[in-house]
Amino acid sequence: MSVKLTIIEQMERIAREHGKILAPLKEDLVLADCGLDSLGFAVLVARLEDSLGVDPFTAAEDAVFPVTLGEFVKVYEHGGR
Amino acid sequence: MSMAGVEVPSLRAFVANARALAFLWDRGASVRFTDLARETSLGGRLAELSGRSVLLATTNQLSTALALIELDGIARRFVVLPPDVEADRLGAMIAAAEVNAAVIDEGTAAAPALALPVRVTCAGAIAPMKEALPARAATEWLLMTSGTTGAPKLAVHNLAALTAAIVAPSAADGAAVWGTFYDIRRYGGLQIFLRAVLGRASLVLSSAGEPVADHLARLAQYGVTHLSGTPSQWRRALMSPAIRGIAPRYVRLSGEIADQAILDALRAAFPRAVIGHAYASTEAGVAFDVNDGLAGFPAGYVGSVRDGVEMKVVDGSLRIRSPGAASRYAGGVAKLADADGFVDTGDIVELRGDRYYFAGRNGGIINIGGLKVHPEEVEAVINRHPSVRMSLVRRKQSPVTGSIVVAEVVLEPDRQPDGPRQSALKDDILKLCREALPRHKVPAAISFVPALNVAATGKLLRRQG
Repeated sequence: MSVKLTIIEQMERIAREHGKILAPLKEDLVLADCGLDSLGFAVLVARLEDSLGVDPFTAAEDAVFPVTLGEFVKVYEHGGR
Repeated sequence: MSMAGVEVPSLRAFVANARALAFLWDRGASVRFTDLARETSLGGRLAELSGRSVLLATTNQLSTALALIELDGIARRFVVLPPDVEADRLGAMIAAAEVNAAVIDEGTAAAPALALPVRVTCAGAIAPMKEALPARAATEWLLMTSGTTGAPKLAVHNLAALTAAIVAPSAADGAAVWGTFYDIRRYGGLQIFLRAVLGRASLVLSSAGEPVADHLARLAQYGVTHLSGTPSQWRRALMSPAIRGIAPRYVRLSGEIADQAILDALRAAFPRAVIGHAYASTEAGVAFDVNDGLAGFPAGYVGSVRDGVEMKVVDGSLRIRSPGAASRYAGGVAKLADADGFVDTGDIVELRGDRYYFAGRNGGIINIGGLKVHPEEVEAVINRHPSVRMSLVRRKQSPVTGSIVVAEVVLEPDRQPDGPRQSALKDDILKLCREALPRHKVPAAISFVPALNVAATGKLLRRQG
């Protein structure tokens, strides 16, 4: 499964678990508006570390704060490198 | 509050009344209790320790047990040194307790702090005593606190306080063989040692570095009837096939929160045993035993006086006033009890229905976006899953996402799923958490680990992530 698909699947799953409704997951969707709150986002990063084997936010020397879903996916596609 | 005035015979008087076939066993040696009434392990040097403040720096539990029996009522005070105490703590302990003598054994490492006026070697075996017993004196027992938070301190007890919660067994109980996963040089294990001595029973001790399976095999060999340990030690024992060799009639847990999962697992392993969990701390003493097989304790225990023990809850934290409490800390810096004589245990309790449940340690709290999470309450839920043997919940810090709750889980040995099913099992455990816990307490991630570390205190080793 591609990194992007893994991320989208996890986002949908966490939204379900937390009883949230996701906005349509387009490239330019602003993460702050995606429907997950900060806890949901934290859970997403932890789950992705489990399934993709990397937490690019902790691994990065500078804190990276992606704004859109497209940027978020890119951080993972280049994660740990 | 003074604990003085209660006349308790010395330990040597108790062993004189032991059953003829009551023994102390460790891996390599055995000593018959009644022999200790007139024999000695101290090579004729007991009189030199009379009236002194003695550090018990023995390295194995059997020689410690012998020294305790010989020195109670002879030394002015002794400091029971647990295993694994860092050498650089010795100096401070010796100063706080005004130590001027040491009892060592062949395993005691040389340390500058042990260069004391009197040093006596405990042989770990006994020989007839040629000299007369020195005059009796009241002995203070100094025990190291578990130091769950902050540097460990020395709590000052005496035999009356240490045995306040011990009920003399009736003749109908028959000959008992006690065993303990706990080291007798710490409060929880010492309680078991004293129960064996006062109960005229035998005691099986573990030896340093002894594998759990070997210890269990020896417990089976000697027919253990009463066995005690922390929930973590019990979980580890339940993972050993050697557990099937023992059939204790009394199973005791203390030192950590006994959740329903471990109580049920022990019930399944030992269907006919009395399974009890006790609440005790080095400072407050033994506060109560719960024998109904349920986690937590009846709400009525708080606010009433039971066997001289009074409990109250202040800011969620359990406070205890008890004849079993220590009288003070040696060195006299910190206060052990409040103005009314209550010891604040730092253990947080929550009232649900007609029972109080332990929620965790005051100070062990994880803060998730301003909401409090006690790791223990999450672990209790995870441990309910039939595939789970034990778990550790901790905080994981991320610069971007803040703190989250993560769990490390040890699975039952016969329930190790292969790759694809691992993820389904994680989902299943998370589902259980979501059903039982508010959202912020549900672990963000679960990882399966082969084992969790248990500290020398028998408690799950917690670290900050």
